[in-house]
Amino acid sequence: MALVRIPPTLRAEVGGRRELEASGETVGDVIDDLVERYPPLRDQLLQQGGLASFVNVFLGGEDVRTLNGLETPVRGDSTVILLPAMAGGS
Amino acid sequence: MATYRELLARVKEEIAEISTLDAHERLASEDAPLFIDVREPDEWDEGHIPGAVYTGRGRLEQRIEGLVPDKSRPLVVYCSAGNRSAFSTKTLEELGYENVSNLAGGFSDWKRNGFEITIPRALSPEQRARYSRHLLIPEVGEEGQQRLLDARVLLIGAGGLGSPASLYLAAAGVGTLGIIDADVVDESNLQRQIVHSTERLGEPKVQSAKRTLEALNPDVRVLAYQERLTSENVDRILGEGWDVIVDGADNFPTRYLLNDASVWHDIPVVHGSIFRFEGQVTVFAPKIGPCYRCLFPQPPPPELAPSCAEGGVLGVLPGIIGSIQANEALKIVLGRGESLAGRLLLFDALGTTLDEVTVRKDPDCPVCGEHPTITEYIDYVEFCNAPLTAASELD
Repeated sequence: MALVRIPPTLRAEVGGRRELEASGETVGDVIDDLVERYPPLRDQLLQQGGLASFVNVFLGGEDVRTLNGLETPVRGDSTVILLPAMAGGS
Repeated sequence: MATYRELLARVKEEIAEISTLDAHERLASEDAPLFIDVREPDEWDEGHIPGAVYTGRGRLEQRIEGLVPDKSRPLVVYCSAGNRSAFSTKTLEELGYENVSNLAGGFSDWKRNGFEITIPRALSPEQRARYSRHLLIPEVGEEGQQRLLDARVLLIGAGGLGSPASLYLAAAGVGTLGIIDADVVDESNLQRQIVHSTERLGEPKVQSAKRTLEALNPDVRVLAYQERLTSENVDRILGEGWDVIVDGADNFPTRYLLNDASVWHDIPVVHGSIFRFEGQVTVFAPKIGPCYRCLFPQPPPPELAPSCAEGGVLGVLPGIIGSIQANEALKIVLGRGESLAGRLLLFDALGTTLDEVTVRKDPDCPVCGEHPTITEYIDYVEFCNAPLTAASELD
């Protein structure tokens, strides 16, 4: 099971949880597992079957777009960081 | 027992000397030597060799290893006539410096030959006292402090992030601070916006910040822009010339507008954002690193963007993130250290954890990529769930 960090802007969709465990062989599988369990996340993370352009997913500190995208393999002890754009500064 | 003249003659026999003509010629070469000035402070203030490092003879032994850690670096030591520096040259050799020469004829001969000199603007006694803790740091020192005093930093927003960032930049002696903010001080701001105070309620934030910052440090001139950054004014304001921009905006339209403008004006941006207990901070440096659109090519659709006003934020969080922004801005001005360019820090105040992720320059970036598709400003509207005007009033 990979550990997924849920950003504060998406916690309302997952009952306030800060981290969730999710299973899957690849980043895409892990995200599918999450959106299956928390359907409101789907629109926040996925667009036309791919990763939404306003969300970044990091695995081991690297943007998965610079790895193998949703096909990037995930190990059991991996930490996946979801990072949507955040505008607040005041 | 030797007399002074005998001692000087003996030392001069034991050290290498270089003429001012040869030293001047070597300045343009690849292995240009570093000049070490060992005169008195008032002599330095009246003029010195460009690029020289100052350390008075009295503290030479204590300070030199901090100033010049590489003992194989070629050094030329000088005083006014080449006598005091002869003893310093000998001392440096004894400390293990391998390639040290004494400048024969010293600074007087340098000037006689008509070679270029730098006349430093000396810090006043008040400034020496105020910035004494900076002057003690080799990475800042008098030259760095002058850089700070000459620097121009633009802050987007005098709110949560802009408050601590502007206070520390002003305290550090950044000579010109521009602040853009259209809002007035509201009671709900004071839980975190520490540049303002209760007596300033209803006052424009830029005026309130100006009063606080100029009272903190009379060396600082605050340029107040009581307006919202738009496609209409962004070229005018950024075109006034800034060394670095500290982005503490509270909305997506401003962040994207600022990003595009900063890429086109080639000004680094220290980016910070906060939400509840979490903050993000990084540096977007045009040309050398990624820009905001490399990270987030476009903003989320309005219906998915988190509401700007409803989220809430722990009061101390902008203090932490804004202070990191000030740190990055100071490093950029000083040209020291490793910047956050290409690295995004994620701070979680509840767990007190700091994560770092890599942000890479995207060759397909619509603004800074190889084939840009965005070439003029875009006025995005209504990014928050609430309309912009309402979000701004509530901020």
